[in-house]
Amino acid sequence: MKILVAIKQVPERDAQVHINSAGKWIDEADMQWGLNESDAYALEEALQLKEKHGGEVVVVSAGPERVGSTIREGLAKGADRGIHIDCDPGQLDALGVAQLLAAAIKSESPDLTLTGLQSDDLGYGQTGVIVAELMNLPHASLILHVEKTEQGLTVKRELEEGWFQTVELPLPAVLTIQSGGNKLRYATLMGIKKAKTKEVRRLNATELGATAAPVVTLERIAIPQKQRSTQILSGSPKEAAAALAEKLKFEARVL
Amino acid sequence: MSGVWVVLEERGEKISRISWEAVAAAQKIGAQLNLPVGAVLPGAQTEALAAEAATKGVAKVLRIEHALLGTYTADAFTIALEQFVQKERPDYLIFPHSYQVRDYVPALAARTGQVLIGDVTAIADGPTFVRQLMQGRLSGTYRRAGGGTCFVSVQSGAFRADPVAAGAAAIEVFAPTIDAASIHTKPGEPFRGSAQTVDLGSAQFIVSVGRGIKEAENLPLVQELAAALGAELAASRPICDNGWLPIERQVGSSGQTVAPKLYLAVGISGAIQHLVGMKGSQCVVAINKDADAPIFEVADYGIVGDLFEVVPALTEAIRAAKQ
Repeated sequence: MKILVAIKQVPERDAQVHINSAGKWIDEADMQWGLNESDAYALEEALQLKEKHGGEVVVVSAGPERVGSTIREGLAKGADRGIHIDCDPGQLDALGVAQLLAAAIKSESPDLTLTGLQSDDLGYGQTGVIVAELMNLPHASLILHVEKTEQGLTVKRELEEGWFQTVELPLPAVLTIQSGGNKLRYATLMGIKKAKTKEVRRLNATELGATAAPVVTLERIAIPQKQRSTQILSGSPKEAAAALAEKLKFEARVL
Repeated sequence: MSGVWVVLEERGEKISRISWEAVAAAQKIGAQLNLPVGAVLPGAQTEALAAEAATKGVAKVLRIEHALLGTYTADAFTIALEQFVQKERPDYLIFPHSYQVRDYVPALAARTGQVLIGDVTAIADGPTFVRQLMQGRLSGTYRRAGGGTCFVSVQSGAFRADPVAAGAAAIEVFAPTIDAASIHTKPGEPFRGSAQTVDLGSAQFIVSVGRGIKEAENLPLVQELAAALGAELAASRPICDNGWLPIERQVGSSGQTVAPKLYLAVGISGAIQHLVGMKGSQCVVAINKDADAPIFEVADYGIVGDLFEVVPALTEAIRAAKQ
């Protein structure tokens, strides 16, 4: 089975974020970057399917030069090849990015395309579903488990409030993967060494065909407004804890 | 009628609560732009649901009725809604941001050359749409750049359903053309992941633990705090993903929704998927090392510090306060 995994590079979970001077995005200088969490689960699912059924795993990512390090991370974990779509995603909306990814994936004619269900930075949660639409393929979203059958796939889909559902679908198909379905592997030293020699094909956005002008634009970003006024209790841990217990008992009256 | 339309969803043979919240959001846009608000109900045999919808201050209820819409599939819903969009040309099409909407509306929007503005928490003049970025640490303001139908989904709990005005709308039926061969997925019956033995929904006190706890071995720390408070222990998704606590103790969009008297969040940053499950709590306390963590946006009391020092001190202070 040939599996394409669309992965995204996002700021590291604990990275400090600052709004840039234009007020339109975060300041990317000195930012620490890593692999988007649900994309890591998508890659893990792909690697496990390859171990069971054979085939090839190709990671594809769209973004500027820095994205190369995240593609290498995917290769170090076990992907066979990489595709780097060189572009500035800041100029694109969800449809524009999906058009680039779909064009690159189409040229590989995979049996299965996987991606995380949403990115940790923009959080649109749409890319996989739009890619399926643009490739005219069936899809299922929020998938925790994938099983290959004779007819295609049987997948476990997460619903709301602790419910699940099994969905059958034919191949080729596109799935968006939810976090937590598998245990993630770490790259081994051998894997990191091997990754340096694996092929990364670079495509530029114009080669893949023009993308639509954005129909939705992000005008500005801001620190969210507080929904409640928070009393921060300071002092040593012991003092803060005592002050909190006092507040809970006499002010909030919940103890 | 072009105007503003809301796509309603069923939950337990009733219109879902979040669908009414989407109606409230649509009425806000309708009032702003002086446009009528209609409700769309895709499904099979939706007479009773349509009658329920017609009482809620919308100008019209349109049942998109087809046997193949009885069980949700992305293929059938995308085909049916696209035909509705082509026929009605709505200015705005508003959805509840449910898992179902996340599954097909991005494709529906793309099929009409549009992009869904998803998971919206506020609507301002323009209209512009506010949604969260960076897991809730930032918010972004979005605007449509082109023409055509603007697709928007609203976050659970972001708009209040109670101002939805009463009314008596006309009910019409639209029969889309759906070929059974164009449905490629075969969905099974929903099932529960595990026997539900913990009802967090009725708990008065909840101590909830997140990634900040670092290791499963550290859980006794929060278990002791929960015991001191007489609280149920709950968790954010990563804790249950790691198998440290069973999934039935998970709070958030994929777990349980809770509204206790006291919700004490320990080492939880407060990603939106968690907040939607607990923001109805009466009193929220957050303990986190990161002063910028979004959990503090919904907290009444906070301690910024190392939970490994704060939690044992708090356990002792609570024990003393309860004596």
